[in-house]
Amino acid sequence: MSPASAQPLLAIDDLHISFPTPRGELRAVRGISFQVEPGEIFGIVGESGCGKTVTGRSILGLVPQPGRISGGRIMFQGSDLTAMSQAELRHLRGNRIAMIFQDPSAALNPLFTIGQQLLGIMKRHDPGKRAGHLDAAVSLLADLGLPQPESLLDSYPHQLSGGMQQRAMIAMALAAEPDLIVADEPTTALDVTIQAQILDLLVALKEKRGVTIVFITHDLGVVAETCDHVAVFYLGQIVEQGTAREIFKAPRHPYTQGLLAALPSPDAGQDALKVIPGSVGDMVGDGVGCAFAPRCEFRMPHCDRQTPTLMPLGGQQQAACFLYDEIGEGT
Amino acid sequence: MSRIEYLARRAALAVFVLLGVLLLTFIVSRVIPGDPARLYLGSRARAEAIQQVREEFGLNDPLPQQFLRYVGSTLSGDLGYSFRTKRPIVEDLRTRLPATMELVLVSTVLAVTIGVPLGVLSASQAGKAFDQFSRIITIAGVSIPSFWLALLLQLLFFMTLDWLPLGGRLSRDILLTDPFTQVTGFFLIDAALAGNWEAWRDALWHIIMPAAVLATYPISLSVRMTRASMLEVLSETYITAARASGLSEIEILFKLALKNAIVPTLTVLGLVFAFSITGAVLVEIIFSWPGMGSYMLNAILSDDVYVLFAVTLIVTIVYIIVNLLVDFVQAALDPRIRMGGGSEA
Repeated sequence: MSPASAQPLLAIDDLHISFPTPRGELRAVRGISFQVEPGEIFGIVGESGCGKTVTGRSILGLVPQPGRISGGRIMFQGSDLTAMSQAELRHLRGNRIAMIFQDPSAALNPLFTIGQQLLGIMKRHDPGKRAGHLDAAVSLLADLGLPQPESLLDSYPHQLSGGMQQRAMIAMALAAEPDLIVADEPTTALDVTIQAQILDLLVALKEKRGVTIVFITHDLGVVAETCDHVAVFYLGQIVEQGTAREIFKAPRHPYTQGLLAALPSPDAGQDALKVIPGSVGDMVGDGVGCAFAPRCEFRMPHCDRQTPTLMPLGGQQQAACFLYDEIGEGT
Repeated sequence: MSRIEYLARRAALAVFVLLGVLLLTFIVSRVIPGDPARLYLGSRARAEAIQQVREEFGLNDPLPQQFLRYVGSTLSGDLGYSFRTKRPIVEDLRTRLPATMELVLVSTVLAVTIGVPLGVLSASQAGKAFDQFSRIITIAGVSIPSFWLALLLQLLFFMTLDWLPLGGRLSRDILLTDPFTQVTGFFLIDAALAGNWEAWRDALWHIIMPAAVLATYPISLSVRMTRASMLEVLSETYITAARASGLSEIEILFKLALKNAIVPTLTVLGLVFAFSITGAVLVEIIFSWPGMGSYMLNAILSDDVYVLFAVTLIVTIVYIIVNLLVDFVQAALDPRIRMGGGSEA
């Protein structure tokens, strides 16, 4: 599947999201563009506060209040989500685009059974035929590796383990057979062994059902195992993107290099983990210059005066860094 | 722990609370200055007569024996005599208690049916015009003195407009020409049972003003409580998850969120309900409503101590029952409560 042949399922074009604060506009997302092909897992990686969650939410038209999309377009199956009314978005949500959340114990309503929640979504997007929904729910839960699906439907979330809760959550995301699932840190709140199971499950969903997944995580190791394409976020911007293979084999942006070096690796034999010095900067202000410059070990004088844009580096890889820009050198 | 076990335990606790209150009222009755026999006979009674009454009422027996007799007679439904009305207290309560209960029930129903939905809307519109407006109105509602509001309403709806009667539970002509048998003591129910719709309408007309005044506080309170607890619930991830799954805003607000947010409001409404049994005294006096509040006030003014004990007991029982009901509703709403917080396994 070459990237140019088919229309992308999701194309985000120069997206800006901002939040009003007493100190001024907080620009959480600053001109992000990426494309997600049908049937792939697209990884969004970054530290907390880099704008990855809010980007994921914007795909469902659920930017948390009082934030708003202040520019750009989100094209899904050829239509612009940012121009849609809430009613139109409600028709898409759960139906064509679904979401999986970080902490399943918080994302499941504690006072309703799994069955009530799952069947509620099915009924919403396909009214009528309740018996059919019940059968579909049972087989969906069984497909996701949940034992005794019939009795599970009558269980409340607190009666399930974390892994079962997340599987139930995934079942709700799949209830109306969506084309796209936004998975926001779906394994972060789980035990390591359960994490691996859920990741395998997501990859299996892609392969068996052809579901496209936008996978948001702070964990590069998880990205390497699951994703086809990756975008690395830093302070509301994409600093590097490409195929997962390209990025793990040859990370080009100093931030990506730092992230990879910070991964614990059994064969490196190092005593201490490498860290990226400094902390994530401020999102208020117009942000002239490279956002990563204050922490960057290759910082050059013009890094503070000019903002680098994504530059092609061969293959599908792109990085926003003056290290790879012959024009930037001259100024 | 099953739901039945949970409820049985709550009910067993209630019995102990009741015994405690009986013990307290008994102790108070023996501690306060003033000989019950002297109160009964009046201040000019002769010493021999007082002694005779003390013997008759068993006031010379040992205290534990007196207490057991007190518990026994209370349990058998004998609350003693009123010094003031010279009638068994139970007889007085038979008309007084339903009168107040009817008033308080109507105002509680108003609080739930008006206050809770307004609270939900207010929370969903947080910060917008409707919310600001409702917050101003409800802060006025919880702080306005009920007697003042009562007088204003009487001025408007009786004096000026002449739409509603000034007070009482029924018009005199209905009582004389068109009476109905009292089964429950709730006139709205009894008149309906008798099929006497003219009396029913008359009873409704009479209850509107006092119930509205009495409901002002609980309505405003439940708007504010529901709003606050809805705001908390609406920020939960499972609400975002519900939105992400495309459910309608109405369903999210009134079904998914409200079920999580309603319990604090119900708890407070339960307390207000029990408090109103005697707390409605000003409303009852202004609207000539022959209920518990005015009965208790007269008892206080005339040192009618056994009436006060009886009223204390009734209020305690109402508190216990209402709290039990709230516990039951809470257990019905929240599966984690009836499971005792642990996993069922």
